[in-house]
Amino acid sequence: MQSVLSATRSTTKRSFSTSARRWQAVPQQKPVLVKEFKIYRWNPDEPEKKPQLQSYKIDLNQTGPMVLDALIKIKNEMDPTLTFRRSCREGICGSCAMNIDGQNTLACLCRIDRNEKKNTKIYPLPHMYIVKDLVPDMTQFYKQYKSIQPWLQNDNPPEKGEFLQSPEDRKKLDGMYECILCACCSTSCPSYWWNQDEYLGPATLMQAYRWIADSRDSHGAERKERLQNEMSLYRCHTIFNCSRTCPKGLNPAAAIAKIKLELAAD
Amino acid sequence: MMLTRAVGLGPALRKAAFTLNLMRNQVVLRNIVGRRSIQVQSLPPSANLEILNKQRLKRPSSPHFTIYQPQLTWLGSIANRVTGAGLSVLLYGFSIAYLIAPGTFDSAHVVEVIAGLPEGVKYAGKAILAAPFAFHSFNGLRHLGWDLVKFITVRGAYVSGYIVLGATAVSTVALTLWK
Repeated sequence: MQSVLSATRSTTKRSFSTSARRWQAVPQQKPVLVKEFKIYRWNPDEPEKKPQLQSYKIDLNQTGPMVLDALIKIKNEMDPTLTFRRSCREGICGSCAMNIDGQNTLACLCRIDRNEKKNTKIYPLPHMYIVKDLVPDMTQFYKQYKSIQPWLQNDNPPEKGEFLQSPEDRKKLDGMYECILCACCSTSCPSYWWNQDEYLGPATLMQAYRWIADSRDSHGAERKERLQNEMSLYRCHTIFNCSRTCPKGLNPAAAIAKIKLELAAD
Repeated sequence: MMLTRAVGLGPALRKAAFTLNLMRNQVVLRNIVGRRSIQVQSLPPSANLEILNKQRLKRPSSPHFTIYQPQLTWLGSIANRVTGAGLSVLLYGFSIAYLIAPGTFDSAHVVEVIAGLPEGVKYAGKAILAAPFAFHSFNGLRHLGWDLVKFITVRGAYVSGYIVLGATAVSTVALTLWK
């Protein structure tokens, strides 16, 4: 009884000097900012149902800053059937490539547009066969990458130690070796949309040039010979969608132009 | 009572005493229901490919140009192709028409027909011919530059693209007003 009395006395004393809020540290309440996401859905278990956009509304102030955060929040809290690829969440694995508001990019590197009046539309990479929801079938893309033999080929390896390369020759590979093969560029290319079966596409062609330009590789002539036909390389019409959309800021269009120039100079 | 409250076991003990029986029944019930509703079909690993191929046949193709953001890059490329095709059709069409009926399509007749048109139609016709011609010519120079690996960056593509559009506008007006 006595202790209760003394406690009451101390609070009344306090209320004169400071407000209750100060000593209780009430957490700050952020306003609710609801934004609509429209996401492409297709379920392989119900193949006769046409693909459609499904709407999800989430509070941006309870979500991380990137589109991938929103997708993970939707999957965790609203709809566990939503399917998409993701891994590193920092733009180095290339798993979460998708079409966000009409542009191909990585969901983990794409900030959410905080304008709540406009919805954000999320589609899978364009003109690809869909495995489920936002997951495209990449089989053809990887086969094309394999077809350019993306490894060092040299019949005369140095007798001792590693291949040596001048700093200038090494510099030629900058802007090409950083490619993470997310397929944003290839699937933004109208030529690749119409001729996916034979045209290699910007991502694969830039990697082809990455090995042609490498001073340590001695099979450049064979590599160029394989591109010397109507479809593999020359379906590129310098449209520039590839460089425009690359989430890593690389320039496949320039690499392809250099291959064309080297083939023309042969 | 005093003892359990002090150790904080009161609620737990009470709960256990009252609900143990019920909980056990629920587990049994769930097992029965579970066994009835879920049926597992055992398949050999070799069945993988068949299931995958069945799925592959029904996969839809994702939407492309209908959902892609309109950008100067690919719209400019489409415009280049459309103007090129249009100008080619006009050139070859006129040449072939002249071959078939030289009496109707020779210079004297064409001049006569056009001279008889009203002013408005003449200017509109000139503008419709001048715009694709100017655009295709300037954009052709842009493509020649790219083929020489000049200004082949995103910035270069946009700057040269806007220069081409500006030059097209100026040339179209000039060619339309040219007597």
